[in-house]
Amino acid sequence: MRKLKELIIEKVILICGLASIFFVVLIFLFLLKEGLAVFKIVSPFKFLFGKSWYPISEPPQLGILPLVLGSLLVTVGAVIISIPIGVGCAIYIAEIAPLKIKEALKTGIELLTAIPSVVLGFIGMVTLVPLAKNIFHIPTGLTALSGSIMLAFMAMPTIVSIAEDALYSVPKTYKEGALALGATHWQAIWRVMLPAASSGILAAVMLGIGRVIGETMAVMMITGNAAVIPSSILAPVRTLTATIAAEMGEAVVGSEHYFALFAIGIVLFVISFAINVTADLFLHKRQ
Amino acid sequence: MVIKFNIENLNIWFGSIHALKQVSVGVQANEILSIIGPSNSGKTTFLRMLNRLNDLSQNFKMNGSVKLEQEDIRNIDTELLRKKVGMVFALPLPLPLSIFDNVAYGVRMHDRKNKKILGEIVEASLKEAYLWEEVKDRLNESAFKLSGGQQQRLCIARTLAIEPEVILFDEPCSGLDPISTAKVEDAMVKLKQKYTIVLVTNNVKQAARVGDRTAFFLNGELIELDKTDKMFTAPLDKRTDGYIRGKFG
Repeated sequence: MRKLKELIIEKVILICGLASIFFVVLIFLFLLKEGLAVFKIVSPFKFLFGKSWYPISEPPQLGILPLVLGSLLVTVGAVIISIPIGVGCAIYIAEIAPLKIKEALKTGIELLTAIPSVVLGFIGMVTLVPLAKNIFHIPTGLTALSGSIMLAFMAMPTIVSIAEDALYSVPKTYKEGALALGATHWQAIWRVMLPAASSGILAAVMLGIGRVIGETMAVMMITGNAAVIPSSILAPVRTLTATIAAEMGEAVVGSEHYFALFAIGIVLFVISFAINVTADLFLHKRQ
Repeated sequence: MVIKFNIENLNIWFGSIHALKQVSVGVQANEILSIIGPSNSGKTTFLRMLNRLNDLSQNFKMNGSVKLEQEDIRNIDTELLRKKVGMVFALPLPLPLSIFDNVAYGVRMHDRKNKKILGEIVEASLKEAYLWEEVKDRLNESAFKLSGGQQQRLCIARTLAIEPEVILFDEPCSGLDPISTAKVEDAMVKLKQKYTIVLVTNNVKQAARVGDRTAFFLNGELIELDKTDKMFTAPLDKRTDGYIRGKFG
């Protein structure tokens, strides 16, 4: 009787385990099936590097280069803003802050993760967008820069908490060794702590990027959604994610437009997958 | 006898724990002062006081005075103090750099020197630590490729490279095999001609082998401090006798 019970529980757990893999495979296959159909209409090269995205004109022009560049510009901007602030914050929390401030900061950063992205987008829309418009004297504040700043806020918690973990797990003896040689606190951080934690910090950055590139709602609200190749960081852009979210509702099922949106999904999937794998590699190198 | 370190009525607390009680010691120049005692006797705390590493701990409090050549160490710039008072830790702790860069690390940090002088300093330091012959052909290899004993001597060389006056050894042989231990001990004995050495050790026999004088700590108190020969043949205190004979600790 007990053996039977064991057996049943084992099988149930097995099914749970398999289910997660099963769903992932199913989703992936569906994505491939729907997405790859677009390549009957346009060549993969033209799809990836085509300069215009007019999915409902006749005949449709399905080039996603403007969208890819839009995503790239917003992401790179967000990364440039969030890495120095995020890593700096992590160093402060791990090394410098007194215990009380440390606790407060950590809680604050966790709270930052808890803000829904649509709320962040909304706040960005009413504060950041008019500000950008007034500072740079441009016709609209809905720009790649606004999106980058907003996304930097969303990437920060990930970067800070993982980088702080990495710094914290550097053996204390490393730091003491450097200090005993007469290093100043900053010299010990810069030359010993940071290099020793580098793989963890890189993983933190990669995961932050992953979060940014997959983000949809906030960017859709504040980047202006113009599917043209951006001329500068102060121009409106449209990202891959925003395109899918904005157009999927209107696309006729089975149309070229519909397939093209799924193909964008594949591109996004490949990018996120690559980023996650890289982050994983760095994390495992640490252990 | 020149007194290098003069410690008077030193008390140290970590939070509510009274780690050192009314300790007074004079460390003489060019001697090896061994410090023995069971765990939690305060010997490492005493050592870490001399280069102010205790300051890193939260809730650290002290009173009394610690003077390096008549000057209170709290009035000396911390980085300068740690340059003058080098430290070798229990576990060999090479930095993730090449052998050469490990030794040059501290020198580069304090002031920039040209390549030739730097090379000379590295060579001289490695020779002093009795490591040069073993590594001279592979200075650019990673320091992690060295054996444990070699790594420990590398750490000694690294400390020597910044030209300290005093070297603190914190159980430097606890992770080493007997042969490596013997090499490190040889290095220490030669080094005392130029440097003053304070050695904390869990190995009573090591104290007997290399120490000129030996101090016995118990529960944060200095029980006895005397010439090593005398201490190991005719200790004054019964507790010292018991510890040396291995009756407790």
